[in-house]
Amino acid sequence: MRIVVCIKQVPSTEAKVQMDPVKGTLIREGVESVVNPFDEYAIEEGVRLKERYGGEVIAVSMGPPQAKDALRQALAMGADKAALLSDRAFAGSDTLATAYTLSLAIKKLGEIDLVICGKQATDGDTAQVGPGLAQRLGFRQLTYVCKVREINLEGKKIVVERLLDEGVQVVETTLPALMTVVKDINQPRLPNVISIRRAARTEIPIWGPQDLNGDQAKFGFDGSPTQVVRIFTPPPRAGGQILEGEVPEVVSKLLDALSSQQVISI
Amino acid sequence: MALKVIKERCTGCGLCVQVCPYNAIKLSDENVAEILESCILCGQCIEACPMKALLMEEKHGEEATGYRGVMVFVEHEFGRINHVSFELLGKGRELADKLMVPLCAMVMGDGAKDMAKEVGAYDVDEICVVDAPHLREYQTNPYVREAENIINEYRPEIVLIGATTLGRDFAGALATRLETGLTADCTGLDIDLEKRLLLQTRPAFGGNIMATILCPYKRPQMSTVRPKVMPMPEKVTKDGAHIIEIEPISTPKDLLLSILDFIKDTAGTVNLADADIIVSGGRGIKGPENFKMLFELAQVLGGAVGASRAAVDSGWIPYAHQVGQTGRTVRPKLYIACGISGAIQHLAGMQTSDIIVAINKDPEAPIFKVANYGIVGDLFKVVPEIIRQVKERKAKSAVS
Repeated sequence: MRIVVCIKQVPSTEAKVQMDPVKGTLIREGVESVVNPFDEYAIEEGVRLKERYGGEVIAVSMGPPQAKDALRQALAMGADKAALLSDRAFAGSDTLATAYTLSLAIKKLGEIDLVICGKQATDGDTAQVGPGLAQRLGFRQLTYVCKVREINLEGKKIVVERLLDEGVQVVETTLPALMTVVKDINQPRLPNVISIRRAARTEIPIWGPQDLNGDQAKFGFDGSPTQVVRIFTPPPRAGGQILEGEVPEVVSKLLDALSSQQVISI
Repeated sequence: MALKVIKERCTGCGLCVQVCPYNAIKLSDENVAEILESCILCGQCIEACPMKALLMEEKHGEEATGYRGVMVFVEHEFGRINHVSFELLGKGRELADKLMVPLCAMVMGDGAKDMAKEVGAYDVDEICVVDAPHLREYQTNPYVREAENIINEYRPEIVLIGATTLGRDFAGALATRLETGLTADCTGLDIDLEKRLLLQTRPAFGGNIMATILCPYKRPQMSTVRPKVMPMPEKVTKDGAHIIEIEPISTPKDLLLSILDFIKDTAGTVNLADADIIVSGGRGIKGPENFKMLFELAQVLGGAVGASRAAVDSGWIPYAHQVGQTGRTVRPKLYIACGISGAIQHLAGMQTSDIIVAINKDPEAPIFKVANYGIVGDLFKVVPEIIRQVKERKAKSAVS
């Protein structure tokens, strides 16, 4: 079974993202980068499925050269190979261009049974690249997967559980498929020293537009229909009040305040 | 500008390859002209091509013209229309009026005609209806195919979809099929009247940054919109929504997934995405048994129960309840945080709630910075007291 895991390097959430007030762009320097948290579950699931059904896991990322660090983490967690899509031509990609570019990279990898992505990335929070990629590849689309019940490689079947608003949907479909995963699916492993060393030695090819058999006009800024025209910091929440007094009194004040604002109807 | 090959027209005759002074065209493996990087856009090949298969495309040419109107995707599950669809009809009306164009809705499903009547009560001009038994339950492929067909036929300039679990599965696939721009999870929509463009504003980086996004050249301009941000519109009494029945282009064969089972979550009485009130517990809850108290509070208030990552990771409550960056983003009218310190990753999932109440014994907890009302104290005393007083007030109002 050949599995591709798509990952993204994102700024750490713990670091507060700030704007350059003059240029109106995000200050990315000095902000620690991490593997998008949802993608760690994607990597782990890919590796677990490989352990269960055999085959290989290939991690793919698109981003600046330092996104290799994210791929090294995937390798350390058990991915067999990795490839980085990095070129100035890819800069400024929105979700349409990103999914397009990733789809070409996956096609380049030959026959693939399953693509795994995190549900969304914590910087853009769009959750659009997974579905976009499934469409580009013509793979079955399985979003919000919280459990892979079974894969039947001979029959090309997969049964998964999807975490929806009101419960869990159990779905069967045929491979090849693309699934986006949520946190509930597993507990990502911590790589050990040996696997970290192995990952450090693994060569990660860097692919540019010349390596992909695609339409140049669909890459990067030119291939991105959406344009960010303005970014701003939202106004901070108005300062609240601390209610003081004995418990019954405080609770009474709270309920008075909430019902006078019609937040609760009692 | 770019030189484009219309593959369907190219016969692979190779005349363009011969005339190109820059060796910038070759025939691909499929015997179709392929433009290489050395192309300088001189245009000689265009004249040489007998099939008119080559054309100079103004980058972002006239693709934006010929699209008119605002289209709202009506989402439903278990036979109920999601409230976000009505919210979008309200916002859609405002945008359509500014642009002086019609407001349309698209409804697909089994019994879509009946649902269209409900939609028609919200001041819609036209409703495209695809009514077919195989569309009873949402599945990506048939729904996207039907929507693509409707959009290609009616060519709306704007398409609005709820940023729900279902809506985000659908929108990402649809925008890709249409090869147009899609902006996720918008919390503000407006029109730049001069350019007739949709101004889409959304939070990013967990709400630390807001971005306004345009889709200037591709059509339709597509947005998913966060539920409960746009106000619910009033129903209107005028009848007159024009119903357009459309023959389905998908068939049961397009159902690529077999839905084997649905295991309804019985732990939460109301789902987090829909709840107006959320009572959430964190590390301060101290153990799984104490969540009972929060479920009781949620029940007396008519809300749902959420949790911080710390509580979920400790195994006290299932992941489906997790609010925050790796859980759900919620925006209820009232969020009561019990024993939650307010780590950035938690705030990212709830800081746009209308009213936040924080109960925590640590007066320095960051949650108090975003709370409208803070109670510094022992939640094991405060929460039962809230339950008691709410019940008492309810009993009184029932008597009076």
